[in-house]
Amino acid sequence: MHSVWVITKRELAAYFSTPLAYVFIVIFLGLSGALTFFMGAFFERGQADLQSFFSFHPWLYLFLIPAVAMRLWAEERKSGTNELLLTLPVPTWAAVIGKFLAAWAFIAIALILTFPLWITVNWLGEPDNGVILAAYIGSLIMAGGYLAIGSCVSAATKNQVIAFIVAAVVSFLFLMSGVELVQSFFQGWAPLFVTEAIKSMSFLTHFNDIIRGVIDLRDVVFFGSVIGVFLYVNAAIVDLTRGS
Amino acid sequence: MIVLENLTKRFGPFTAVNNISLNVSKGEVLGFLGPNGAGKSTTMRMVTGFLPITSGAAGVCGFDVANQPQEARRRVGYLPEGAPLYGDMATRNFLGFIAEARGFTGADKTDRVDHAVKRLALESVVNQPIDTLSKGYKRRVGLAQAILHDPDVMILDEPTDGLDPNQKHQVRELIQEMAAEKAIVISTHILEEVTAVCSRATIIARGRIVFDGTPDELQSKAPHHNAVAVRLANADDTAIRDALAVLPDVERVEQPDGASTLMVIPRNGASIVEQVGGLVRDRGAEVDELYVERGHLDDVFRQLTLSE
Repeated sequence: MHSVWVITKRELAAYFSTPLAYVFIVIFLGLSGALTFFMGAFFERGQADLQSFFSFHPWLYLFLIPAVAMRLWAEERKSGTNELLLTLPVPTWAAVIGKFLAAWAFIAIALILTFPLWITVNWLGEPDNGVILAAYIGSLIMAGGYLAIGSCVSAATKNQVIAFIVAAVVSFLFLMSGVELVQSFFQGWAPLFVTEAIKSMSFLTHFNDIIRGVIDLRDVVFFGSVIGVFLYVNAAIVDLTRGS
Repeated sequence: MIVLENLTKRFGPFTAVNNISLNVSKGEVLGFLGPNGAGKSTTMRMVTGFLPITSGAAGVCGFDVANQPQEARRRVGYLPEGAPLYGDMATRNFLGFIAEARGFTGADKTDRVDHAVKRLALESVVNQPIDTLSKGYKRRVGLAQAILHDPDVMILDEPTDGLDPNQKHQVRELIQEMAAEKAIVISTHILEEVTAVCSRATIIARGRIVFDGTPDELQSKAPHHNAVAVRLANADDTAIRDALAVLPDVERVEQPDGASTLMVIPRNGASIVEQVGGLVRDRGAEVDELYVERGHLDDVFRQLTLSE
């Protein structure tokens, strides 16, 4: 556990030692604000809640989280520092989890910085803060899912641009598997359990449950499994690509 | 302290390291030589646990690298080829990270970092990001990282590559200071380094060991080892040349075209300097220069790694 914490600390500091962190936070706050007010019709809805804020998160994360995750392993392989990291008395799983937690904490910081919206909605009306808190937690858990995908893809390449694009595409498939477009493609011929299985893999479906303020154990287990599976594959890829 | 038993590494059909067995004990500094691509780095990477071993075994201080990787790694200080470092970190923070990753905390950690900083004379750059440091400083940060936990085994992949002569000297001094209580393996392209710091030289070519012995033994394999060079004032004195050629331990006398120096080659590397000197003195020839050729390591290296 000690080594996980050591890695997390270093990685988190690494985010803030480059402009990437600040660029990311500014873009995240700017975009989430713009989407909430302009596309989400925050005022026109006339309701004191943050639905219009959270409903864009799956789309925002689609390209912002691969940008956070792309450097995690690709950069180490490119600069050769993985040789340093992986010959320290730190198990591979600890390095994988440490890096993941650092990126997750970074996203949590970005998410916390959206608090002015929460203040705004409380000032304008009387929202159900329980629902908002649940949605924040749900959003963070979903971000973890995207992040695990991104970290896993990053381990498979030395090129951060490729890591970004592939992670975005894989995330997109997970995101879209629940929407009508994809579902209707399968519904014509695939048996029901297949379409249901595909639908159950959708980030969107699971997040839409959470956004209503219900943190269902099934949704938590779903995102938890996505994180677990991708981080497991991530560690396997790190071990397989040593020295290549 | 380092034991390699039939160590082999294959990358697909290519065998990078072929059945290497080696034993390095405390107090030894082993110079690992070989042409590029001979398998030096691959061998070192297997011992440090970076690369998985295809077959055979490697052990460090009695711990098997494959089965007890954490225990083995704890006892190794490793400088990877090119000394990769986290360039965005300041020197002190970087060494602090390495100390923590090696399990040091609190005052212990500070002590370790301070000690390593002092040992490598990094005081002036502790707060600078590593990216902004010169090549020499970077290499020294890499070495500081490797000695931080006072390991029993040090594996240094080209520790002096790209350094200027003064920096090379510093690094060699550091290695010699540490040599007594550690087992050290350094890989290098610089053959003089072997005579300067190593107590043992091992040459590998195409993944196999082609020489293993002391630097002196290596040098004695040189084609001109113990040859005597004589430069006469009168370069056309063929009488002396012929007299030298028939001395009992002399194989032949060479005189490159136009050169004024005679190269007297001994039989089986025998020491002939006294015979040659005596003969020249007896004949009353005027000698400008007379010295014993130690033989060029480059020649031995080429001979060993290109043959077969």
